[in-house]
Amino acid sequence: MLEIRALECIRDDRLLFSDLNFSLSAGEVMQVEGPNGCGKTSLLRIVCGLRQPEEGEVLWQGESIRHNREDYYANMVYIGHLPCIKGDLTVLENVRALLDTRSLSIDAKTTEAALARVGLAGFEDVPGKALSSGQRRRILLAFVELAGAKLWILDEPLTALDVQGVALMESMILEHRAAGGSVMFTTHHGMQLDCDMRSIELSAYSHADWQERD
Amino acid sequence: MLKAYYYLLMRDLRLAFRSRHELANPLIFFVLVVTLFPLAVSPTTEALRTMAPGVIWVSALLAVLLSLDRLFKQDFEDGSLDQLMLSPNPLVVLVLAKVTAHWFLTGLPLVLIAPLLGLFMALPDESVEVLVYSLLLGTPVLSLIGAIGVSLTVAVNRGGVLLSLIVLPLYIPVLIFGANAVDVAMDGLPVRGQLFFLAAVLALALSLAPLATAVALRITASR
Repeated sequence: MLEIRALECIRDDRLLFSDLNFSLSAGEVMQVEGPNGCGKTSLLRIVCGLRQPEEGEVLWQGESIRHNREDYYANMVYIGHLPCIKGDLTVLENVRALLDTRSLSIDAKTTEAALARVGLAGFEDVPGKALSSGQRRRILLAFVELAGAKLWILDEPLTALDVQGVALMESMILEHRAAGGSVMFTTHHGMQLDCDMRSIELSAYSHADWQERD
Repeated sequence: MLKAYYYLLMRDLRLAFRSRHELANPLIFFVLVVTLFPLAVSPTTEALRTMAPGVIWVSALLAVLLSLDRLFKQDFEDGSLDQLMLSPNPLVVLVLAKVTAHWFLTGLPLVLIAPLLGLFMALPDESVEVLVYSLLLGTPVLSLIGAIGVSLTVAVNRGGVLLSLIVLPLYIPVLIFGANAVDVAMDGLPVRGQLFFLAAVLALALSLAPLATAVALRITASR
């Protein structure tokens, strides 16, 4: 489904990783691991096409994502560090706004059910600025669920979430996997996933020895 | 695609109406600058008429310039811009929606209040009409070109000066022809040439600026 070929990323004259190859097929969950600053966020941004790699390419269904952006983006959802939440819009309007950019028309019932699932029942008409940061993250969880994408790219999805929030994220990932979806995520919190999970240690690709010799 | 355009436009308008004080800023700036000139220079009809086209057009241009930051800043800071870029819809369409919203919120109010300011500056009736037409054709160009500048500088801390440096040279033709149209109309000469020129610039900006903005946004995101 997703294939990464010979990826290289340089940031501020520092080689973060190079010659990174892997592929992710339907129903696979993959954790990107590594210490702070090793390029996890950069990798995820490259995989979702926001950042251009120095070398290599990202393929979706065998085609470079630069050439079939439309199809890739219809099947991929990304959440990053930033909350994407507008303080002046209500919870419901925030979810709608996120879904509208993807041209998804989802009926009110489904949207409310998704909000209820992430623990925001009764908060539909509360403006974003009145929410805690954990609640804002929960709006994003509802968005991920409603986006109906095959591939989830989650950068630190557990930030600001409480214990129930973490459990919710875990069960969402498991359900998504059972339905044939794939997930690629990073986290520094322990995520207890009751399934086969691949992990990739990013610092192993930094080729530090090679860099020093150079 | 059209739906995505419409929804994003509506979202931006709704957001703007929920923080109205920001909405009024460019308009207040425009009115204040134009009303201060007669006090500082000379209130005689003759003097007012000579400087009116220039003063009104320069103030409108600066009012738009000051409001440009709003175009992408908030979306950039809260991450919504990333989501726009990851939309299956063409980014150009979404950019156009944002620019349209920006024009509705800054350019259009300036156009609507301009006849009143024309009156302040003792402009004769027929040139007030031309003033409105020239602003109607010119202000969308300011928003469109401004969007390119903002998309390049949105990631730069305090990129305001840089933004002016990028955008102002591109604003000059609009300023010259806009102010000149009003000037010429006062002498009772035909203004079609100037207005057609502004319309041509608008057509050019409308077709090219969103493309340039979309590319610039992708460059900004790959920081």
